[in-house]
Amino acid sequence: MVTVSKAEQRASHAERNVEGQRLGGAQILCEALLREGVEIVFGHPGGAVLPLYHVLTDYPIRHVLVRHEQVAAMAADAYGRIKGRPGVCFATSGPGATNLVTGIASAMMDSVPVVAITGNVPTFLLGGDAFQETDITGITLPITKHNFLVKDVNELAETVKAAFHIAGTGRPGPVLVDIAKDVFTTEAVFQYPHTVNLRGYRPTYHGNMRQIKAAAELIAHAHRPLILAGHGVVISGAYDELLELAEKCDIPVGQTLLGLSCFPQSHRLSLDLVGMHGTSRANRAIQECDLLIGIGMRMDDRVTGKVSGFAPHAKVIHIDIDPAEIGKNVRTHVPIVGDARQVLRALNSVVKPAKHPQWLARIAEFEERHPGRQWHPADGLQVPFVVDAIYRATDGDAIVTTDVGQHQMWAARFYPFDRRNRWLTSGGLGSMGYGLPSAIGAQFAAPGDVVWAVVGDGGFQMNIQDLATVREHSLPIKIALMNNGYLGMVRQWQQLFFQHNYSSSYLGSPNYVKIAEGYDIPGRAAKTDDEAVAAVRWAMDTPGPVLIDFRVAEEENVYPMIPPGGALSDIIEDPRD
Amino acid sequence: MAIAAPPALRAIHTHTVVALLEDRPGVLNRVVSLFRRRGFNIETLTVGHTDLPDISRLTVVVEGDDRIVEQVVKQLYKVIEVLKVSDVTADRVVTRELALIKVATGGTTRSEIMQICDIFRAKIVDVASDSLMIEVTGTQDKVESLVQLVRRFGIKELVRTGRVAMVRGSQGVTRVDDE
Ligand SMILES: Cc1ncc(C[n+]2csc(CCOP(=O)(O)OP(=O)(O)O)c2C)c(N)n1
Ligand SMILES: [Mg+2]
Repeated sequence: MVTVSKAEQRASHAERNVEGQRLGGAQILCEALLREGVEIVFGHPGGAVLPLYHVLTDYPIRHVLVRHEQVAAMAADAYGRIKGRPGVCFATSGPGATNLVTGIASAMMDSVPVVAITGNVPTFLLGGDAFQETDITGITLPITKHNFLVKDVNELAETVKAAFHIAGTGRPGPVLVDIAKDVFTTEAVFQYPHTVNLRGYRPTYHGNMRQIKAAAELIAHAHRPLILAGHGVVISGAYDELLELAEKCDIPVGQTLLGLSCFPQSHRLSLDLVGMHGTSRANRAIQECDLLIGIGMRMDDRVTGKVSGFAPHAKVIHIDIDPAEIGKNVRTHVPIVGDARQVLRALNSVVKPAKHPQWLARIAEFEERHPGRQWHPADGLQVPFVVDAIYRATDGDAIVTTDVGQHQMWAARFYPFDRRNRWLTSGGLGSMGYGLPSAIGAQFAAPGDVVWAVVGDGGFQMNIQDLATVREHSLPIKIALMNNGYLGMVRQWQQLFFQHNYSSSYLGSPNYVKIAEGYDIPGRAAKTDDEAVAAVRWAMDTPGPVLIDFRVAEEENVYPMIPPGGALSDIIEDPRD
Repeated sequence: MAIAAPPALRAIHTHTVVALLEDRPGVLNRVVSLFRRRGFNIETLTVGHTDLPDISRLTVVVEGDDRIVEQVVKQLYKVIEVLKVSDVTADRVVTRELALIKVATGGTTRSEIMQICDIFRAKIVDVASDSLMIEVTGTQDKVESLVQLVRRFGIKELVRTGRVAMVRGSQGVTRVDDE
């Protein structure tokens, strides 16, 4: 067999020009993907996409075979986040397509650019309940930014162009393109459009200057201003602009779960995480501030708690690229629709420098009473200790991915980011199983970077099969399994709000080290602080993937916590504080 | 603390929202799915062609306060094929609905029904030995009144369209700027 490297293929492909030639739909799709700069696709084949997979090997597009389509969607999501342009996944019709659903919905909730391509049954069978037909455009209608069903090969190229445009611009999101099988094998003249024709889609990037001046006016008169920075800051790359605003006007910055890694957390103005498991100082500051500036965030209920008790003394400035998010949950005094970076640039040019020593001193008091980065030594290994050990061993420089649950909150709290866009978590949908797939996507997007997947024993088992993918590509992912033997966050709620009734939240523990070894991935367990530190060191010194089974304390709770349905002022602090 | 107004006085009333849509398969599905998912209460929904071949026009009557209707408008705009959305409730608008009513007739009631139709400028569009079909066009109130009036004769069948609306004067929910 003669193998040609993808780089060689890329070079030879760049030379030939197929515009104006007749090509099959599968080739047209691949040509379109090349023109969109796609280098890698995560996917899983099946009947309806076989013609596509057949031609794919001729193209300089790398295909990563995952072991479950959910992983394809989630890896594409992570790739999209790190690269800032759409990640791509493929799946076949029917079960292949429906397996993508959770990943697509996660990308939707977190505003991540993803293009999902599915095959469907041939056009003449569409609508007739043929083998492996599902109405995937119907199913994904409410969980995509937009979707398409392609029944005519002549529309394929422009559809792909539109899909990438919609996914990657404005407020990013997933776009699904469902392609009937016969379209892949029908020929058409290939012509890739240079522009898109979408009359109804025109995102607003530049904020209204009158509103921006009104915001500056509020900032000038505020005594206790506060910034809530969200994912929009990461997406628009507004790091410098946010830092400039905060420093110039001496405004503390809280970060939403997806806003982590958008502002240096070692900075004196960082309040770190806000919301349900946010720091005491961040949530208390929200309740006392007289001006709240939301930037690229959506006042989600996990941030606000009970809305009627949220930031009761504050006027609100809300900057977001999606007008529908402004005023949706929280009454807004100055709405500014636009790209965070563009708006902040304009705002920085009109705000006047200010100092707020008293306000910051007040916040420092909160911090002193309930320090944000402290945990209580207790029986057994503590997740915060492990996360801190990883932080130290990686100089705070790793890409960190998580599943959903207690370990996620602890990772969010104890791995402070100074670098940009290093944090991958399923915030909006809260999808267990995201940790490993996102680490895979991130490692492909940033091959030279250190990637740590901090996973729960519950979440990890939802996509554990893709250890095979990690092994196949020798991805040097360090898997930190926080094994508490429980669906920990569920157990915590049951303990606190359901009279200790641990109904179906106990997992027990398979031998994870053996499982890893079964996939030819070195593993080891750690039960004590010393073992944990040594294991982290070992992971860093071992080339390639490793798994560490951290046997952490079973019944620890994440504090502080805003009780569900409560206001931020109903904060439950650690009883041991 | 403001005291809540009694239900009847609260700002919850119906709004008439007009939207221009790309005339493509699936667009109506997107719009309806949006209303369902976000729990917007639709009283009526009407879609039809416009003077432009590729644009259709939706008139939807939604229930809710100003905040909800603001969300309706903003969420509609997020649908890629939605070109323009206006809440025309506060504008000077002409609104119309149409109803077909099949009413039972006896020996003496036929002329009485026809008199009522005259007053409402409704048309008799079909006559059978024991029934009449009435076509009435007008505001929701007018259609409603006629239906109430003929109810005592015995309504055998009734069908109503939703509301359509157009702003008076030269301005309105027209062309979408095409750049
Ligand atoms: C797919 C999915 N199913 C259920 C849930 C509800 N849920 C949230 S956290 C959690 C427990 C997660 O357990 P584990 O992965 O072990 O993490 P831990 O909380 O123990 O750190 C569950 C079941 C979810 N978020 N996602
Ligand atoms: Mg667990």
